[in-house]
Amino acid sequence: MIPTTYYIVLSALLFTIGALGVLIRRNAIIIFMAIELMLNAANLAFVAFTRMYGIIDGQVFVFFVMTVAAAEVAVGLALIVAIFRTKHNIDIDQLNNLKG
Amino acid sequence: MAIEFLPIAILFVLAIALAVFIVFLGSIFGPKRYINTKMMPYESGMTPIGPGTRRMNVRFYLIAVLFILFDIEVIFFLPWAVVFRSLGLFALIEMLVFIGILLVGYVYAWKKGALEWE
Amino acid sequence: MTGMDSLFLIFAVITLISAFLVVTTKNLFHAALWLIMTLFGVAAIYVLLNAFYLAVIQVIVYIGAIAILMIFAIMLTQRVMNPSGRIFNKNWIIAALLGAFMFIGLVIISMQTGASKTTLPQISGQLDTVSELGQALVSPNAYVIPFEVASVLLLAALIGAIFVSRKR
Repeated sequence: MIPTTYYIVLSALLFTIGALGVLIRRNAIIIFMAIELMLNAANLAFVAFTRMYGIIDGQVFVFFVMTVAAAEVAVGLALIVAIFRTKHNIDIDQLNNLKG
Repeated sequence: MAIEFLPIAILFVLAIALAVFIVFLGSIFGPKRYINTKMMPYESGMTPIGPGTRRMNVRFYLIAVLFILFDIEVIFFLPWAVVFRSLGLFALIEMLVFIGILLVGYVYAWKKGALEWE
Repeated sequence: MTGMDSLFLIFAVITLISAFLVVTTKNLFHAALWLIMTLFGVAAIYVLLNAFYLAVIQVIVYIGAIAILMIFAIMLTQRVMNPSGRIFNKNWIIAALLGAFMFIGLVIISMQTGASKTTLPQISGQLDTVSELGQALVSPNAYVIPFEVASVLLLAALIGAIFVSRKR
């Protein structure tokens, strides 16, 4: 059988790729996709630990993470579309109106 | 065990293989003549006006948002329904509260005209 | 190396490669399609971990709803579907260093949880995850309050999304 470590390392790699995406990309929608990758990495770790310890709580957490992800995507993408309608651009390097 | 998922795996492999096979056949047997007129976007035979792609209407997005939120609602229903018999009245009241809160959102969407296509 | 192990490796490689392509592809639409591929890979790994219901809702919610919403948003902001100019911002070297440090840190921390010593325990008999999940969600001494609060969160998201994307 596969040690639990493999699943955890896979989850860590996925999280790192997502975090890199948030840090280096300039397009707001791609940044959203990278956030989804990070949430999925966390879910993967939850499920692996659920399997390891044989208790269901991790899977319940995954449920709530998915709920939060759906709410976040619905509102966040609505904001991005609204920003696009007023500024005709969703490049986050140029959305610096609030910069002091 | 995961072996019960074997039919799904076979389905996926077959679907991918079929798609690849058909595209491959098309690329072998299909005639390839790249003329300028042929590469234009098709617009009922006339010369196209404007770009071939157009920005989508925002109403589709609103419908998709409503779908995603009620989709989440539905995934909570199934585990509840499986254990409903053993928990009885408590589970029923709980789910009624859950649905009641979400019904407020539904009424809001209705009143704001998010469900209208205009 | 048994069949399950090689299945895990295949799905892990698919997941990681498509996740990498999500982050590096220039075309937004292709990135969304690679995101769908990544989510499928994660769903397959859920199946390997015996989380069948989660695999199903991963496909229904993440692929069927969230990824489709992403594609809709891309089509709504279509002028940037093929962005010209750089796709990365200028601090990518620092970001890469940070990412490497974060990965090492994550692995070190997760090694300390004891996961490295254990293999996954064998499943005894028929494991009914859906009814276990149902027990955990709605029985009085478990996750009842988060369950109700989730509906409030969904309500807030619904009102917020309608308010923001409504035509004024």
